[in-house]
Amino acid sequence: MKKDLNINIHEITRVEGHGNIVIDIRNGRVKELKLEIIESPRFFEVMLKGRKYDEAHHIMSRICGICAVSHTSASLKAIESAMSIRISKQSAMLRKLSYCGELLQSHILHVFFLVFPDLVGAKSIVELFESHPELARTGLKLKRCANDICETVSGRHIHPISLAPGGVLFTPKAGELKGLKKELLRLTDGLERALDFILSVPAPSFSMDREFIALKDKGEYGLYGGTPFSSKLKHIKPESYTKKIKEYIVPYSSAKQARSPKGTFMVGALARVNNNFRQLSTRARKAAFVAGLKPPSYNPFMNNVAQIVECFHATDEAVDLIDAILEIGPRPEPVKKPAAYGTGIGIVEAPRGLLFHEYDINRDGVVERAECVIPTAQNLRSIEDDLRAFVPAILDRPRSEISRSIETLVRAYDPCISCSSHIMDVSFE
Amino acid sequence: MVAKTRGLIMTVVALPKVAFFSFTCCEGCQLMVLSCEKELPDILRHVKIVNFREAMTGKTDDYEIAFVEGSISRTEEVRKLKKIRKTARTVVALGACSATGGLNCLKNRFPMEEVKKTVYGRNASRYRAFDTLPVRAIDEIIKVDHYIHGCPIPKKDFLRTLTALLMGKVPEVNRNPVCVDCKMAGNICVFEKGNSCLGPVTRAGCEAVCVTYGAICWGCRGLVDNPNMDAHSETLERYGLTAASIMQKFDLYGNCKLEKSETICQHHPVTRRKQKGR
Repeated sequence: MKKDLNINIHEITRVEGHGNIVIDIRNGRVKELKLEIIESPRFFEVMLKGRKYDEAHHIMSRICGICAVSHTSASLKAIESAMSIRISKQSAMLRKLSYCGELLQSHILHVFFLVFPDLVGAKSIVELFESHPELARTGLKLKRCANDICETVSGRHIHPISLAPGGVLFTPKAGELKGLKKELLRLTDGLERALDFILSVPAPSFSMDREFIALKDKGEYGLYGGTPFSSKLKHIKPESYTKKIKEYIVPYSSAKQARSPKGTFMVGALARVNNNFRQLSTRARKAAFVAGLKPPSYNPFMNNVAQIVECFHATDEAVDLIDAILEIGPRPEPVKKPAAYGTGIGIVEAPRGLLFHEYDINRDGVVERAECVIPTAQNLRSIEDDLRAFVPAILDRPRSEISRSIETLVRAYDPCISCSSHIMDVSFE
Repeated sequence: MVAKTRGLIMTVVALPKVAFFSFTCCEGCQLMVLSCEKELPDILRHVKIVNFREAMTGKTDDYEIAFVEGSISRTEEVRKLKKIRKTARTVVALGACSATGGLNCLKNRFPMEEVKKTVYGRNASRYRAFDTLPVRAIDEIIKVDHYIHGCPIPKKDFLRTLTALLMGKVPEVNRNPVCVDCKMAGNICVFEKGNSCLGPVTRAGCEAVCVTYGAICWGCRGLVDNPNMDAHSETLERYGLTAASIMQKFDLYGNCKLEKSETICQHHPVTRRKQKGR
């Protein structure tokens, strides 16, 4: 078995953003292992400084094209908590519906466009179109439906328009919502096909103990509401989140990393499914059962399966939301006005994990300070720790295969580098 | 490529090679391209996409059309951008960040050292990973052949531009203000609703989607050519608004070029009033 290995993957592909992986192994020991985030830093915390509160969600949405609805939602929740704005029930449901659309769209994009090509040895969805046309078309169809949800409710998926402080600016018509429901009910076949396909290639068996952090909500699966819950620390108060979860800079990366008092932790689909399994919809739990995903699962490769499980859940939840909205309206409502000023925190589960925004807003309605904790930044340390344990175990394989396995592991986390500053390449030095 | 088969001349045209590049941005405009679910299979029949890091493995330096997303905020990006210009026959700016600098320019309001310290702490300047330059649009560095505006780009704009390029035509430039699109969409004017809006001076082509969905025009597509500033300031006056309030809205997307572009500053009511005052 060989003992030395030098890997340098420059600009890892099929992930969102720019990043490199540098691994140096001597005598079977990891000498150096770095996940270099080379994305140009964006400095959103600075960009928001001095802007009016009613521009904040618009600006913060631009942190990321994939999870724009999540950033908008976290931002709105922070503004509304700082300014004592209580939105109506219908507004909250419409926002949640838009959020379900984003979760579906993000997971489907990742699973079909970025992960499936790996499973068949294709380089992209383009090659997948040639080798598995049926499957690729299914992916596009599912993605179209997810986009339709966001478009109908909030104008578009990438940088939603109608979500604003105080509620929503646009109310979809009952007929449009009914149309969406029909489309959603037709998704089942496609999702089952995705599940069958991912199970046809067994996930590598690799497990490492770690902490999982995700939102926990009383009545429902924590996505849009709830408070942070850790598998090891239990409940974490939103106000003390940044005290418990410490962000720190690493000199080789424009994204910060984070640790909890217990060390490495993971956020995202697997963390949510592990922490809140019982609150998933019946169909989602059944899908998890079929896929052999039993909580808690410590295998990061299972994150992709957890994403498909969540797609079932999001579909069911979207249908329930539409039914509930149709029951009370939908009727246009004026947006609520601010009643106070001060500091506010907004937390939601972005598709990739817990997303935290905190703003100080002064009496003129101007943002004086902003702080954001991004899911991918919270996962970077976990990815590095996994690689450190995973790579020495596969040293006997051919170099190209090692390289591919490394990318596959990183990709399983669905890192979003634009968000974390913006991620990736793998380099064997 | 021409192949002769038994006296019959068969022409095989090599597919044009298209590359996508991404600099400082949210990658939302690339995603907008991936969101053309209905059209993607057709597009793939007519072009060969050789570079699209977000969606495919494999890179090459052989391409004819380059779509460039994002603004420029690092020395490394300047070098890469210049190389793209040398390689590509046609360079298209994809979205607000590359076309006008976009929202990223909000950063330029502060000195770069302060910017780094705020996000990365006191020792930020020690590390190369946090290096940053004031944000620039790509045409402040290289010559750009065509622009697709918007934050994010409208799908139709991308499809229209790509089709034109493939047919060897010059993509049409929309010279209307957003108000024209807004009227066609049948919207009630934002000013009538007691709000203010950048529609009168912003380049159309977005079907006024923001106003349709209850918001205002934030000016993401940049100023229309020869904006009618007089009419805009009359509108403002009619609704009892001050030019200063609208100027603040302008700098959400217009900051980069607004500071530099004399033409805009000279014509805008705010600057003009200041000059009269002198």
